[in-house]
Amino acid sequence: MADIAIAPRRAKTEVREATSWDQLKHNRNWLGFWFMVPAMAFLILFLAYPLGLGIWLSFTDTKIGRVGQFIGIENYEWLWDDAIFWLSVFNTLLYTFVASAIKFGIGLYLALLLNENMPFKAMLRAAVLIPFIVPTVLSALAFWWIFDSQFSIISWSLKHLGIINQNINFLGDTTWARICVIFANIWRGVPFVAITLLAGLQTVSPSLYEAATLDGASRWQMFRHITYPLLTPIIAVVMTFSVLFTFTDFQLIWAMTRGGPVNATHLMATLSYQRAIIAGQLGEGAAIASAMIPFLLAAIMVSWFGLQRRKWQQGENND
Amino acid sequence: MSSVQIRDVRKSFGNFEVLHGVSIPIEDGEFVVLVGPSGCGKSTLLRMLAGLENITSGTISIGDRVVNNVQPKERDIAMVFQNYALYPHMTVADNMGFSLKLRGAKPEEISTGVKRAAEILALTPLLDRYPRQLSGGQRQRVAMGRAIVRDPQVFLFDEPLSNLDAKLRVAMRTEIKELHQRLKTTTVYVTHDQIEAMTMADKIVVMHDGIVEQMGTPLELYDTPANQFVAGFIGSPAMNFLKGKVKSNGSAGFEGPNGVKLPLKTAPANSEGQPAVYGVRPEHFTIADDGAEAEIVVVEPTGSETQVFAKLGGEQVVAVFRERHQFSPGDKVRLKPDPSLVHLFDETTGKRLNG
Repeated sequence: MADIAIAPRRAKTEVREATSWDQLKHNRNWLGFWFMVPAMAFLILFLAYPLGLGIWLSFTDTKIGRVGQFIGIENYEWLWDDAIFWLSVFNTLLYTFVASAIKFGIGLYLALLLNENMPFKAMLRAAVLIPFIVPTVLSALAFWWIFDSQFSIISWSLKHLGIINQNINFLGDTTWARICVIFANIWRGVPFVAITLLAGLQTVSPSLYEAATLDGASRWQMFRHITYPLLTPIIAVVMTFSVLFTFTDFQLIWAMTRGGPVNATHLMATLSYQRAIIAGQLGEGAAIASAMIPFLLAAIMVSWFGLQRRKWQQGENND
Repeated sequence: MSSVQIRDVRKSFGNFEVLHGVSIPIEDGEFVVLVGPSGCGKSTLLRMLAGLENITSGTISIGDRVVNNVQPKERDIAMVFQNYALYPHMTVADNMGFSLKLRGAKPEEISTGVKRAAEILALTPLLDRYPRQLSGGQRQRVAMGRAIVRDPQVFLFDEPLSNLDAKLRVAMRTEIKELHQRLKTTTVYVTHDQIEAMTMADKIVVMHDGIVEQMGTPLELYDTPANQFVAGFIGSPAMNFLKGKVKSNGSAGFEGPNGVKLPLKTAPANSEGQPAVYGVRPEHFTIADDGAEAEIVVVEPTGSETQVFAKLGGEQVVAVFRERHQFSPGDKVRLKPDPSLVHLFDETTGKRLNG
């Protein structure tokens, strides 16, 4: 053994200078770049390119069947004086704020409820998810029937109870139509908020509540001083997503009201679709869609600053 | 400060009874350690004392007041949790002052209370930090600070040291004991570590399977364990147990496994020929010519003492010597238990037989 160890070792191959290709092969950044290419290609092709094209189209007078000319901000000037566009902006903001606020309220309430120990907990948690897993168009069609002017089950029930004499024109009256689409959106959006907040609630250690009990906290004080502050990071995430989804909602409105009656439920997304695809005014439709960008960016900025790691989350990770 | 009386307390979860009638008197200012293996019910009992669990039957009183139906916050107790349960979004000062804040104390009052507790525990420089920025030992101290701020009748500790490393645990042990000597507040401390129990307690309560096996001062438990469980649980290395029967031949004696002769000071009355368990602590063996022959298996020197594992009558026993004998595995030695310090237990019930 000793002999072998002492014998000088001969290099197996001649030592050669590392070529630039060798260096490149071992360059982590170069390798990393190639690993990123598939994902990047996907994002560029299906996200960045359509976004760029949409913004470009909004500066042209493209119609279906006609290549457009660059017309600068003419489309936007046109929209600036368009009452229907401004109505759709108002509708979108109303829809987003009312629906998101109520979704947050109900979602948080449901999450707190489902976090309690109660019989059939697992089943109830699963049941909450149902509105979320039903395809949007399907649930929209169901709501369409529920709110039908002739066959609405709500009108039918109220009539039989003797509360009203004639059917409520749910989707034909501007106020009712707005209430109905907001209701449908809430129904669909609550599970996402509730389940995500429930996940957040379950990360709160039960011993914190026990400590708070001994410290003399009432149930409201526990919520106010323990649950809510510990939940804020996840609330910021979930509400950002909820606002983005609601703001860009299209399916539900299109399936239920197509923006009617008298544009009372037209959102920017549905108006854009109507102008661009139905009416063929691609340039103008693209301008409406592009007009959503500042609003969405604002929502993202709010959450960006809201999501900054709080001071208490910094430092080492072990508990 | 207050005394605590636990009288015939039972606890069931559904049909499963985990505490079968536990009675523990705790005097004003006493440091009582509940010790026992996992699942013995010690933590459950502590949580019942805190009001975090309902009492199925029996009574618990703090001072003169039965607290069975008193809300946790009305019981005037403070608890230190195993995982500290510090509020992660509050600074050390806010954590410590939270109970005062909930009580509606004035800001000056809160800051005075927090400062006082912080001084006691040397936490003053850390008051503005968040729990995440603290080390394990510092968090432990904050958890104690939170308890001290409230100036409660009773402190409850639920395995507070088990998340710390060995060295810190020893240091915190001393710190908690010192704190108790200073504040003299009645303390109930739960642990599974018998060394913690021995070093800190005024009174140890050994629990096992939902009953109290024995209570007494640390040395009482060590010197005269009431049964085989307590004898085996208290002391490290654990007591050696040898099965056999009482066999006096002129003088009192015991016949161990494979006919090994072991000395007894006095045989219990009417015990001749009765099967029993002979217990001897590792440090009560000596090397003597009239000892029983044993073969050394392993020698473990620790510096201050040497642990010797040996086969005695086919059974493995451990002996501890302060002297530095030159042993090596395979050596034959004559081990003699000190007859005045051996214990004799009933083979079936495990009860202590000799006085």
